[in-house]
Amino acid sequence: MTGPEQSRVPFVAASPQGMVVAGGLPAHVVYVLRLGDDNLVMAQRLGEWISRGPDLEEDIALANVALDHLGQARALLAHAGALEGMGRTEDDLAMGRAERDVHNLLLVEQPNGDFAHTVARALFLDAYQVELWRVLSGSGDATLGGIAAKALKEARYHLRHSSAWAVRLGDGTALSHARMQAAVDDLWRFTFEPFAADAVDLAAAASGVGVDPEVLRAPWDARIDAVLTEATLERPSDPYQRTGGRQGFHTEHLGHVLTELQWMQRTFPGLHW
Amino acid sequence: MSYDVPRMAGDAAWTEHDADDHARRPGDEGSGPMWEVFVRQRRGMSHVHAGSLHAPDAETALLNARDVYTRRSEGVSVWVVPSSAVTASDPDNAASMFEPFAEQPYRHATYYDIPDEVGHM
Repeated sequence: MTGPEQSRVPFVAASPQGMVVAGGLPAHVVYVLRLGDDNLVMAQRLGEWISRGPDLEEDIALANVALDHLGQARALLAHAGALEGMGRTEDDLAMGRAERDVHNLLLVEQPNGDFAHTVARALFLDAYQVELWRVLSGSGDATLGGIAAKALKEARYHLRHSSAWAVRLGDGTALSHARMQAAVDDLWRFTFEPFAADAVDLAAAASGVGVDPEVLRAPWDARIDAVLTEATLERPSDPYQRTGGRQGFHTEHLGHVLTELQWMQRTFPGLHW
Repeated sequence: MSYDVPRMAGDAAWTEHDADDHARRPGDEGSGPMWEVFVRQRRGMSHVHAGSLHAPDAETALLNARDVYTRRSEGVSVWVVPSSAVTASDPDNAASMFEPFAEQPYRHATYYDIPDEVGHM
């Protein structure tokens, strides 16, 4: 999974100045990059549904949500580039980084699967992002706070949409219930990572820029439990959990996502149209 | 494009059921009944018919209407109404229903000459 050995900065370490650095970047930059990457990859995944939605209306709905995530990704990556101060633009960051330097949650890179998997993945992410953006609206980083306040409105709609589908499928026919339960079970192992703090999160929280993700867990649990109950779905009891995306250790799926996303810029660098 | 869609118990039954009961027919495209969508563009204006869509229930119809008909900032309020609740005039009766009014210009205020002394009405 890690590929060839590369000489690189240990992912999280204390710099000589005492500033937490990750992959050679300050914690503040990595913190914003991570949130940007969640949205970049989610946008790409949802975009894969275009022209393949279950019906015309849902096809457009999924594209709308994808565009919301893309807009959030653009704002966050542009901000991360500005914070880094090395002249990297949002496009450089989206199109020029390889797998190990991309920090999205493992959840969002998982394949679309059947529609139930797409709904479960969105539900888990939306419930997390609603809490995240709500808290980050008061970030000490005013730009991040502004992005979060705008994203919160979008995330609330996303959560309404994914919750409605989870309930409709879960409390639907025997088949839709079975598929929805299978999707929730399949993706459950990726629902610990959003709340697993590492040194970057703790440094960002300590400086007032970010939030210790652990505090987002209780409201997420309450929201998910309410939706699962209304959808007549079982909350999975499997304790097995996967992490690593935040640190650049991904499942086999992200490479394929990036290949499609970045192909044009890697083939024709700097191409504009 | 093939997706990694898990086969579930009941898939075969669904296929048969789908072919049997969910054959495409006007007004039911397999994703629920038709709904008429009315959008209010700005505060103070009326809701205006924007189009129609398919949805299995009212909540979905409302979300779909938002996504399909207001995504370019066309609205501040949306109504959805089951198409089956709409009673429409019969186009075959259009002549008797509407044409008489075209022959009655005196129904328009502009038909009348207003004396100058009246000023603005």
